[in-house]
Amino acid sequence: MSAKADTSRISAVRHAAATRGRNVLLGLALALLAAFALALYLGDYPVPVSGIVRSLLSPLSGLADRSVDFIVLQVRLPRAILAVLSGASFALAGIIFQTLLRNPLASPDIFGIAHGASAAAVFCIIILGWSGIAVSFGAFGGAVLTALAIYFLSWRDGVTTFRVVLIGIGMAAMLAALISYLFTRARLNEVQQAMAWLVGSLNAARPGDSIVLAGAMLVLIPLMVGLVRALDTMELGDDSARALGAPVELTRLGLMLVAVGFAAFATAAVGPVGFVAFVSGPLARSLLKGAGRGFAQAALVGALVMLVSDLLAQHLLPAVQLPVGVVTGACGALFLLWLLMASGRSGRVN
Amino acid sequence: MSANHQLLAAGLDLAYGERQIVSALDLTLPPGKLTVIVGANACGKSTLLRGLARLRPPTRGAVYLDGKPIHQMPTRQVATILGVLPQSPIAPDAISVTDLVGRGRYPHQGWFRRWTPEDDIAVAEALAATDTAELADRPVDELSGGQRQRVWIAMALAQQTDLLLLDEPTTFLDINHQVEVLDLLTDLVRHRGRTVVVVLHDLNLACRYADHIVAMKAGRIVAEGRPVDVVTEPVVKDVFGMTSRVVVDPVSNTPMIVPIGRHHSINAVV
Repeated sequence: MSAKADTSRISAVRHAAATRGRNVLLGLALALLAAFALALYLGDYPVPVSGIVRSLLSPLSGLADRSVDFIVLQVRLPRAILAVLSGASFALAGIIFQTLLRNPLASPDIFGIAHGASAAAVFCIIILGWSGIAVSFGAFGGAVLTALAIYFLSWRDGVTTFRVVLIGIGMAAMLAALISYLFTRARLNEVQQAMAWLVGSLNAARPGDSIVLAGAMLVLIPLMVGLVRALDTMELGDDSARALGAPVELTRLGLMLVAVGFAAFATAAVGPVGFVAFVSGPLARSLLKGAGRGFAQAALVGALVMLVSDLLAQHLLPAVQLPVGVVTGACGALFLLWLLMASGRSGRVN
Repeated sequence: MSANHQLLAAGLDLAYGERQIVSALDLTLPPGKLTVIVGANACGKSTLLRGLARLRPPTRGAVYLDGKPIHQMPTRQVATILGVLPQSPIAPDAISVTDLVGRGRYPHQGWFRRWTPEDDIAVAEALAATDTAELADRPVDELSGGQRQRVWIAMALAQQTDLLLLDEPTTFLDINHQVEVLDLLTDLVRHRGRTVVVVLHDLNLACRYADHIVAMKAGRIVAEGRPVDVVTEPVVKDVFGMTSRVVVDPVSNTPMIVPIGRHHSINAVV
């Protein structure tokens, strides 16, 4: 029994995992970069690569071509940036909830939080007659209120993950009913506006949306990094985490608030784009095969999914601009089926 | 590491909501010994273990670690002295043995003290002690029940605590793996000077391995002491409501309980 040899073996296993994590991160970053470049390049108005580069550099170089600059800097760039930021935010919200509640179905777009945002937005549009940025504020408030309601309704001498998921799913159903009811009271043009918001779209991307979202992420990401170490113990069950001396309730509440923040800000910016939060974590983890917790990788997967989905939405059908939520919804539903079938084989959903 | 930490319960009440599970219980765990808690289902033995491990707050009385009420101590500090293996810990999907065991290092790490070579040594020692070093790079999902249980014990060992509390670590294991796990716990006590407390279902294994046995019924201690002194036919009758013969275990000279049941009689055995 040579303790020295064993130690080197342990560090070798850890290093192999770290290397895999880095490689996956690098691969995803390259893919994202390629997709980002494609997003700047593709469009109805053809701009050569040299023109795009010149436009991107124009704030520095001072060289300007008004129409090209408008297309690149005012239309394509804000849209691509918003896709990346909102995709990453949805993904982080998803993977935090999925890890915290130990269930891949526990992503905010499945268990009620997105429904809260939607119900609030529909209420703002149909009952209050709001539009634009005001609806985003309403959606944000709806997401946060729903999350708080789920948390406190699940509280009985502490919060168990199972209760949170059940109450969340119940909440989602109730809010879906509320949305339907609001529709029955609405005029046709309001329904149209509300439906467009509900599907989720990057068509109206403005630089301001990205700035707000980026600011939120700058606050939320450090909080997440601070809390996530205790999450490593909570993955082993609440008792194990408490036995290891982790602040379980504090970490759970803190991480839920952070995740709700990610979901709420992203939803306010682009609408409740479905399934990005849900698929990103499991996809990242299937690439990692157990090497690390995969939060950074999931964020990149989310950004990539959002960006590629939006490219498909814009260019898949000639002369038709689909909202991005249609594409993520169609792909996400297939993924859900795959997940259910895969977990059916291994006999469990977690 | 020597067994100089002391854990005791004084006038301990534990409850789930309105339901009183453990009542006015006094217990001092002998340091450097293997203590086994036994009792029928729902007698409160697991609840008692959770109370001792500060996973369940007392409704009255207290648990004292080295003379201080454990529920008022910083939980991280407790985690460097007292390790717990709960009844059904969860292994995250696809996690490797090394990663899982490494999570036992949590209380020794902090904001500014992340993974160090010391942690590697602690993990390697824990794997060596549980004879799982060969499994270091394997995913936990792929292990057999016995291997998995040893890996969980390794996780608790990597915590490097003097006291170790385990809730039914042999449940769902085949008899050979049960013996393996209990042998391992005995090694920890005999060779490494740990204080180990285990809740067990199997009375005969409890009698064989315990230095100190605690028999519980309805939230109270019915008898405690060395198995030879404590485990008698009336005590078994009282704790499990079952008539039995207690004979001498031919291997270990400890008491061995032979249940009688409805279809046999005491006379037939003699």
